[in-house]
Amino acid sequence: MTMLRRSKDQLARRVAQDMFDGAYVNLGIGMPTLVANHLPNGIEIILQSENGLLGMGPAPPKGDEDFDLINAGKQAVTLLPGGAYFHHADSFAMMRGGHLDICVLGAFQVSVHGDLANWSTGEPDAIPAVGGAMDLATGAKQTWVMMDLLTKQGVSKVVQACTYPLTGIACVKRIYTDMASFECTADGLVLIDMVDGLTRGELESLLKFKLL
Amino acid sequence: MINKIANSIAQAIGPVADGSTVMVGGFGTAGIPGELVDGLIETGAKELTVINNNAGNGDTGLAALLKAGRVKKIICSFPRQTDSHVFDDLYRSGKLELELVPQGNLTERIRAAGAGIGAFFTPTGFGTDLAFHADGLEKETRVIDGKHFILEYPLHADLSLIKAESGDRWGNLTFRKAARNFGPIMAMAGKRSVASVHDIVELGAIDPEHIVTPGIFVSALVQVPRLATQGGGFKVAP
Repeated sequence: MTMLRRSKDQLARRVAQDMFDGAYVNLGIGMPTLVANHLPNGIEIILQSENGLLGMGPAPPKGDEDFDLINAGKQAVTLLPGGAYFHHADSFAMMRGGHLDICVLGAFQVSVHGDLANWSTGEPDAIPAVGGAMDLATGAKQTWVMMDLLTKQGVSKVVQACTYPLTGIACVKRIYTDMASFECTADGLVLIDMVDGLTRGELESLLKFKLL
Repeated sequence: MINKIANSIAQAIGPVADGSTVMVGGFGTAGIPGELVDGLIETGAKELTVINNNAGNGDTGLAALLKAGRVKKIICSFPRQTDSHVFDDLYRSGKLELELVPQGNLTERIRAAGAGIGAFFTPTGFGTDLAFHADGLEKETRVIDGKHFILEYPLHADLSLIKAESGDRWGNLTFRKAARNFGPIMAMAGKRSVASVHDIVELGAIDPEHIVTPGIFVSALVQVPRLATQGGGFKVAP
C-alpha cells in the first residue's frame, strides 16, 4: 500500500484536532497559520499575535487592509469582537509568564527530547534573525512543532540531537508531520499516530533511530 | 505652564550628539515614526546605535537612516526581511555592527531600563548561541526553582522616537491598533522621548482610563499629518 502523506491542510487539520476550547494560542509564521482555518466546530480559541493582539481574526477583504493592524508576519489581519491591543512588554509577558496554552511553530530540526532548532541554519553568510521564536518556544505551556518530516533531500528533521543552532532546550512537547505525530519525552520519542500505508519499521528507517 | 507640544519636528527632537543611542518604535512598518526618523537624519548625528525590532523596510524611515551612513550599530531581533536590502548590504559589507536579541529579551531590556531595574534573569535564550556577549563570553546563568535563566541587562537610550495617535500638552498618549507595539516601553526608556501624534487634544479630552502612556514618560510631542501606514516586510502574493 502506498503511503498517504498529509497535505498541508490535512496536517493543519490534524494539529487543530488537538486544540481545546478556550485555549490561548500563538500560531507561528508560515505553515502554522493554516491551523486557524481548520479548528473543529464548537470550540473557541483565542489567537495571540506577538506584536500586540489577542483575539486576532482572519485577513480582511482585499482593499480593506489597515497596516496598523498586522500579524507577526506583518500581513494585514483583523481583530475579533472582544479582541485587545497591548504593548510588547505585555505581549512577551504572556509568553514568558506561561499564560499562552499552546504555540505552534515550524522547525528545521527537533530532537527526540524536544530540543528545537528553528531560527538559524548556522550558515556563515546568512543574516541571522530570531524574532520571538525563543520566547515562544520556552514560554508557552505547550510548544508544538508542525513541519514536513523530511527535508527536500529526504533527511529526517526529527533527530536524536540537533545539529543546527538551538532555539530552546527540551521545549517541544509534540511534533506533527506529514507522515506521523510524536510526543517528545525525557526518555525519547513516542509515536502518537502515523498515516495509512506507513509501517513503524519504515518510519524508524526514515528516522534512523528506534521509537520508544 | 507645561507645554510639551513642539512647533516642529526639529524642535521636538532637539540636538542629538554623535554616538547617541536612539530607540525607534515600530514592528515592521506599523508604529515606525517615519517623520521623526527623517528629522533625526536632518540633525546630521552620526555613529548612532539604533534599537528597533527590525532593521528597516524598503528605502524609507529606518532604512533611509541606515543608507545615510549614520548608524554604526543596530540592536534588534529580526533584521532579515524580504525588503531589508539596505541593512543586508551594509551588514554583509561589514559596515554595520549587529547585536541580535530575542524579541522578548529586547522588550524586557527596554522595559527594565525605563523601570530602573539593574538586570534580570530570563529563561529565553538559555543554552543557545544568543546566551553570549559580543566578546564571546557566556552570559551569567542561574538556576532558580529548577529552571535555567540567563542574566540580561537593561537597554537605555539617549533618545526615543515613537509614533502615537493622540496626545495633549502634558504628553499623555494614546496609540492606534498594533502600531502601539514598542511605543509605551521605549517612551519609558529614553532620556529624551519624542512622540509624533496625528491629533493634539485639550487636557482632559483623553479619558484618563484610556491614557496608555502617561505624560511623565514623554519629553515632547509633535503633530504630523495622518497618512495610511504602508505595508512592508512580507512577500507580496503573486
